[in-house]
Amino acid sequence: MAVVLETISLVKQFNGVIASDNVSLQIEKGARQALIGPNGAGKTTLINLLTGVSRPTSGSILLDGEDITDLSTHKRVRLGIVRTFQINQLFSDLTPLETIGLAVSERRGQGLDWWRIVGSRPDLVAEVVEILERFHLTDVIDKRTAVLPYGKQRLLEIAVAIACRPRVLLLDEPAAGVPEEERHEILAAVAALPSDVSVLLIEHDMDIVFSFADRISVLVNGALFVEGTPEEVAHDARVKAVYLGEELVDA
Amino acid sequence: MTPPPIAVRTATEWLSARARWHPLEIVFWFAAFAAIYLFPARHLILTEIAWLGLFALSLDLILGYAGIISLGHAAFFGFGAYTAALLAKHEIIEEPVLALLISGCAAMALGFVTSFLVLRGSDLTRLMVTLGVALVLRELANRYGWLTGGADGLQGVSIKPVLGVFRFDMFGHTGYTYSLTVLFILFLVARRLVNSPFGLSLLSVKSNPLRSSAIGISVDARLVAIYTVAAGYAGIAGALLAQTTAFASLEVFSFDRSADLLLVLIIGGAGYLYGGLIGAIIFKFMQDYLSALTPQYWPFWIGLALVVIVLVGRDRITSWTTPIRLMAARLNWRALARRSAERL
Amino acid sequence: MLTILFDGIAYGMLLFVLACGLAVTLGLMNFINLAHGSFAMAGGYVTVVLVNRLGVPFLLSLPIAFLASAGIGFIFERTLYVHVYRKSHLDQVLFTIGLVFMSVAAVDYVMGSGQVFVQVPSAWQGKFDAFGVGIGRYRLLIIVICGLLTVALQFILAYTRFGSRLRAAVDDGRVARGLGINVNWIFALTFAFGSGLAGLGGALGAEILGLDPSFPLKFMIYFLIVVTVGGTSSITGPFLASLLLGIGDVAGKYYVPTLGSFVIYTIMIVVLVWRPQGLFSRATSR
Ligand SMILES: Nc1ncnc2c1ncn2[C@@H]1O[C@H](COP(=O)(O)OP(=O)(O)OP(=O)(O)O)[C@@H](O)[C@H]1O
Ligand SMILES: [Mg+2]
Repeated sequence: MAVVLETISLVKQFNGVIASDNVSLQIEKGARQALIGPNGAGKTTLINLLTGVSRPTSGSILLDGEDITDLSTHKRVRLGIVRTFQINQLFSDLTPLETIGLAVSERRGQGLDWWRIVGSRPDLVAEVVEILERFHLTDVIDKRTAVLPYGKQRLLEIAVAIACRPRVLLLDEPAAGVPEEERHEILAAVAALPSDVSVLLIEHDMDIVFSFADRISVLVNGALFVEGTPEEVAHDARVKAVYLGEELVDA
Repeated sequence: MTPPPIAVRTATEWLSARARWHPLEIVFWFAAFAAIYLFPARHLILTEIAWLGLFALSLDLILGYAGIISLGHAAFFGFGAYTAALLAKHEIIEEPVLALLISGCAAMALGFVTSFLVLRGSDLTRLMVTLGVALVLRELANRYGWLTGGADGLQGVSIKPVLGVFRFDMFGHTGYTYSLTVLFILFLVARRLVNSPFGLSLLSVKSNPLRSSAIGISVDARLVAIYTVAAGYAGIAGALLAQTTAFASLEVFSFDRSADLLLVLIIGGAGYLYGGLIGAIIFKFMQDYLSALTPQYWPFWIGLALVVIVLVGRDRITSWTTPIRLMAARLNWRALARRSAERL
Repeated sequence: MLTILFDGIAYGMLLFVLACGLAVTLGLMNFINLAHGSFAMAGGYVTVVLVNRLGVPFLLSLPIAFLASAGIGFIFERTLYVHVYRKSHLDQVLFTIGLVFMSVAAVDYVMGSGQVFVQVPSAWQGKFDAFGVGIGRYRLLIIVICGLLTVALQFILAYTRFGSRLRAAVDDGRVARGLGINVNWIFALTFAFGSGLAGLGGALGAEILGLDPSFPLKFMIYFLIVVTVGGTSSITGPFLASLLLGIGDVAGKYYVPTLGSFVIYTIMIVVLVWRPQGLFSRATSR
């Protein structure tokens, strides 16, 4: 399979703390890859590097073989690298309708239209409605995002990312903090992602990881520790020892 | 359980809800234009309200829609004022409307250049950089007295008739009609702009720049764009002042002017375009009344107003508009239609 | 030449005493207090009244000015400022500008709008010559007093229990609260102390800065320059910034009087754009 996104010896230091330690990671086209590791392992840091939110101390990032290490975040989004956030980053005063509408119009390069009223392009609105239906948000389209139930906000996090039509989607603990009874909605949304999108999923819940991923990368202390199929990772003695403990044996 | 689907038409309606004209807005503008015939004796103060309202509208664009705190918005106002006054004095461009446009463009150019200074940094550094720009301009205007008239102001400006037809008079009749027309046109443009996808992206940048860039928005470019536009608006407001009074002085750059402007916008409430206009009306009439009592101590009342507004809470202060908004919603025939449709 | 340097140092140290309270307020509560100059003005006018009208000795009036401003600062902090800490920066700016305007108009009303001078005892007036440098006695007094204050401040911050608590609170308010430090109380005391220092600076500086009701507006930008250029992570930063500003301003006005404050403002903008955290603060990596 073709590699879409690749890092070469990425290093990130914060005042002496090494948050990413020589990470060389590959994400293939259409991948269902999971990134796991204990708290503070550097998973979010890696996503920040991939999306350009922070700059690596050294190393490089390639998209389709092209170096994008110095590209700004919004340009990478245009190229198809899109993420969600571990802690909600939404527009609290906008409605889900406006949020998705914004993301879609930006993706279509119509964000600088200043003479056109929002919602005056029927095909755009149709696409927005389609996304909102797909993510079960139609009952709250006109509510301010700030007042939505937490589960709906998590859904909106993913819906916004999807509205950007990603080629590579980086999901940072999409189900984190969602109550048990609302979890399945998020998981269903993740499972139903288009198959041509390459997905890198960060998740602590091993049930989710093993039902989702066909490939797992384990990050410990900022470094890639073990990589392989779920089978291999589940039976890797080192992984059991440092991180997963007994939990994995059941899986 | 899957929530029910929605029609594209409904979504369209909700999306464009912000852009819909409200009956109260129509009443507002109708009243403003009616004042041309109804209150000819008040045209001087009404003219001041018009350019102050435009100036506050300009601040609203960057503060209310993009979240940039500025303590030096007078920089662009003053730049526009001097440009207009100089164009007229040296008879470079005699026709006021054209001169107004050029003054606006000059201020826009200045806004564009200085916008790069406010991209980075905290509220405090932005505040100081904007203040610094205004102070620098003031110093420059003071230093190049041969051009600007220095501390005495630019004397001997005479403004030719608007469009070659309407002569400015000492009662402000022409001045008001002219200023109000300019304000109305620029308001329409601003209204269109904030209700466009571009306007929506400004709100998103204000609310969460991190996420904005994560959906592909170039945050810096948007801020530069709106800062430039707002500077142009402020410049035109300043040019209106210069043209209707045939004068420009160092005072146009003053800190007090920028600070007063914040008060004007805050009285009316930021982020819905009318705040600056309503604020300008209240501010000017308050000033008219209070400074007639004690001209010297007028700043005290401004200060008191600011302190009280903050202590009571800005949203609570502007909540006096809520009943009006509710009443307006009841008057809104579209809302009525929708509700009766739901009942069926 | 050296005289200019000397005058600049005196001016800079004065600015530091005037502004250091602001640095702490900003660092501690992330609070933008544009009204800091009003407390300085209060100290200045207290001295004027004491010395000129009541005949109190000048040196004795200084501690009184300190206490008066500190008292006013304390009262304002407890009654008004506490309500504004949690509000947005915009609210803080509006609120403190409001206070500035009110204080300007109120002082104008009570004391008149003209510039006032403190009658400095003749022993402190005039100049003497040391190694060919003309040294103003009064400026020497300012340097001595401000120098002592700076050393004392540094000592308090570095070696006393209050100082270590204050530093803890500046570094991380939440953690400090967790350690059982009463951050609110510390803040009230610091605010009062900072206002007191400002008042003392106002009293000392009335002679060379000039004192009139618009004092808080005129010097607001200077105080802000000191704290933003100097950064708030230590008092060394503001101190160095004050000295630079003082020397730069005096030298600028002497050599290129026609430019006025143009140079200072331009440098401020450049520094702020180049290093938004301040010239002397630890570089924080992103
Ligand atoms: N901006 C920053 N400044 C300093 N240190 C940071 C910064 N961001 C992350 N770190 C440090 O880098 C390390 C990795 O953090 P990161 O957030 O990437 O972990 P994570 O694997 O996402 O953890 P979690 O599972 O809790 O989300 C941590 O030690 C963290 O303290
Ligand atoms: Mg994380």
